[in-house]
Amino acid sequence: MSAPVIQLRDLAKTYQTGGVSVAAVRGVTLDIRRGDFVAVMGASGSGKSTLMNTLGCLDQPTRGNYLLNGVGVAGLDRRQLAELRNRQLGFVFQSFNLLARTSALENVELPMLYAMPVISRRERRQRAIAALARVGLAERHDHFPSQLSGGQQQRVAIARALVNRPELVLADEPTGNLDSRTSIEIMGLFQELNASGMTLVMVTHELDVAAYCQRIIVMRDGEILRDTRNENPRSAAAEIRALDQAERRASHN
Amino acid sequence: MFTTLQVLLLQSWQTFFIALRALRRNKLRSGLTALGIIIGVAAVVAMVAVGNGAQASITKQVAALGENLLTVFAGSKRSGGVSSGLGSASTITLADVEAILREVPDVIAVSPEISSSAQAIANGRNWSTSIVGESPEYLRIRDWKLAAGSMFTEREVRSAAKVAVIGSKTALELFGPLNPVGQSVRVKNIPFVITGLLETKGAGMAGQNQDDRLIIPYTTAMKRITGDRYLRSVNLQIRQADRMEIAQAQITSLLRQRHRLVAGQSDDFNIFNQKDIADTVSAVTGTVKLLLGAISSLSLVVGGIGIMNIMLVSVTERTREIGIRMAVGAQPSAIQLQFLIEAVTLSLLGGLIGVALGVGISVFVGKAGTFQPVVSAESILLAFGVSFVIGVFFGFYPARKAAALDPIDALRYE
Repeated sequence: MSAPVIQLRDLAKTYQTGGVSVAAVRGVTLDIRRGDFVAVMGASGSGKSTLMNTLGCLDQPTRGNYLLNGVGVAGLDRRQLAELRNRQLGFVFQSFNLLARTSALENVELPMLYAMPVISRRERRQRAIAALARVGLAERHDHFPSQLSGGQQQRVAIARALVNRPELVLADEPTGNLDSRTSIEIMGLFQELNASGMTLVMVTHELDVAAYCQRIIVMRDGEILRDTRNENPRSAAAEIRALDQAERRASHN
Repeated sequence: MFTTLQVLLLQSWQTFFIALRALRRNKLRSGLTALGIIIGVAAVVAMVAVGNGAQASITKQVAALGENLLTVFAGSKRSGGVSSGLGSASTITLADVEAILREVPDVIAVSPEISSSAQAIANGRNWSTSIVGESPEYLRIRDWKLAAGSMFTEREVRSAAKVAVIGSKTALELFGPLNPVGQSVRVKNIPFVITGLLETKGAGMAGQNQDDRLIIPYTTAMKRITGDRYLRSVNLQIRQADRMEIAQAQITSLLRQRHRLVAGQSDDFNIFNQKDIADTVSAVTGTVKLLLGAISSLSLVVGGIGIMNIMLVSVTERTREIGIRMAVGAQPSAIQLQFLIEAVTLSLLGGLIGVALGVGISVFVGKAGTFQPVVSAESILLAFGVSFVIGVFFGFYPARKAAALDPIDALRYE
């Protein structure tokens, strides 16, 4: 078996706010293997967001080691972190974070604009179209975010996260702004991606949503409280099928 | 494989389109921001054009005095502390003129001048005009042409003939639309035959109307009009522009010697050098031009500050966008380039429209005014260059601010 995508060794992050130091993460050791689907849970202030920011190379730990795909992240500068994010990571946010007044296709092309070496215009277009097709939005290329539903916007964001073929997709409360059916659909999409080999780490505070994942990590006070395998994950695809059937029955009667 | 430079160029090119799109999204704001630069550049281009035009117009007037012209004026007469002005003293005689011709080889043409004012009567009308005595060479010295007829001759000068050439203004007043050549005009009861009509010359350097005059042989003027053996002035043409100084010095020492002036005694004559006047005028107009340019450049700086202000607002407003771009892997340098290019595009766009506006204003001034503004390629290039530099200069700080944002904070920004 290949090396884990993520290896954390005694990782800690302390913030200095107004002369007071706040230890958001205090010594986390963790391995995430390729192809895993992990939920990170915890109350607010448990340190899960800080952990995600660090995993996402948006922030540097104050102590410990972080190996992303075998490469040490600690000590890299802003430029190198940006390059790592561009090549190895994809982000999905609670509030979608799409560029307004920018078409779905152009939003998906965004990470490729910053890729090194440069990706040709034509290849960018082709890859963006393919990514949108993969998330089921083949017909919505020219729509602006404001013309799309929340679920569709999140699909665009997922397509954007996938388009540079990352090692790891990080999702921060991806269903937080969505209704329950759309949430199931998005989780279904994640499960599909995971089934095709993509490694996913998702922050959520809802146990319902975490139940779709294969592994659930619970954090409290900056430390890992529990780290369990979910032997029986929910299947989004089956649930959607059941919902559709129920709907059809309802309309028949 | 791509070299680093190619990658940089390609990225700049892509970033340019990102920037252009951002500007298009905020058309009104972009337009208003560029307006500062538009006005500044238009002002610079128009003002420099007006300055150039004014300079060309004045230079033309100076040149119209005649090429390589030296004028020796008799000194001013003083009586009881009252100075009567140049040419009023009785110091220069025809003998002086002959001496100058003999001793100063660079003098190629000479015209002794006597000037007086008198009533001219002809065609049943009368008109007060300048009666100016000159030699036939006067027209050549002043680079003046005849519209009709011919100049009086050297023989007519020697015989003090009663002939005259008439200025266009005087001709109009006395004869209206009639051709004055061959007509008779009476001055102080002496009938003169008009042999030629002068072309219109326009106002002189002092604003006097040069076309209101009657030019007669200087001998005739001395004998019959002033009854005087002294000259008001002598117009001299010098062989070459670079001999003007030498000729002027030679004439000065010659006249001092002839007038028996000892060292320490001031000259009893004054020499006007057309080149000196031209130099002075061009120095003055140059200064005015510089001043106009400097004042209008100030508005460019104000425009630049406007750009900086809007870019700072834009960076704050688009903090989240910056966060998103950073999250998906934009290098800080790419963010900086994006905002820098936005600022430069704004200012260059303003420069482009400003040049068009400035040229338009210049054309308008040319149509409305008395002289033609000259739009120079240099001022257009300069305005462009300056607006580029302003874009870079005033865009740099906001762009750096954008690039220095922390991605986490930027993503969280509401």
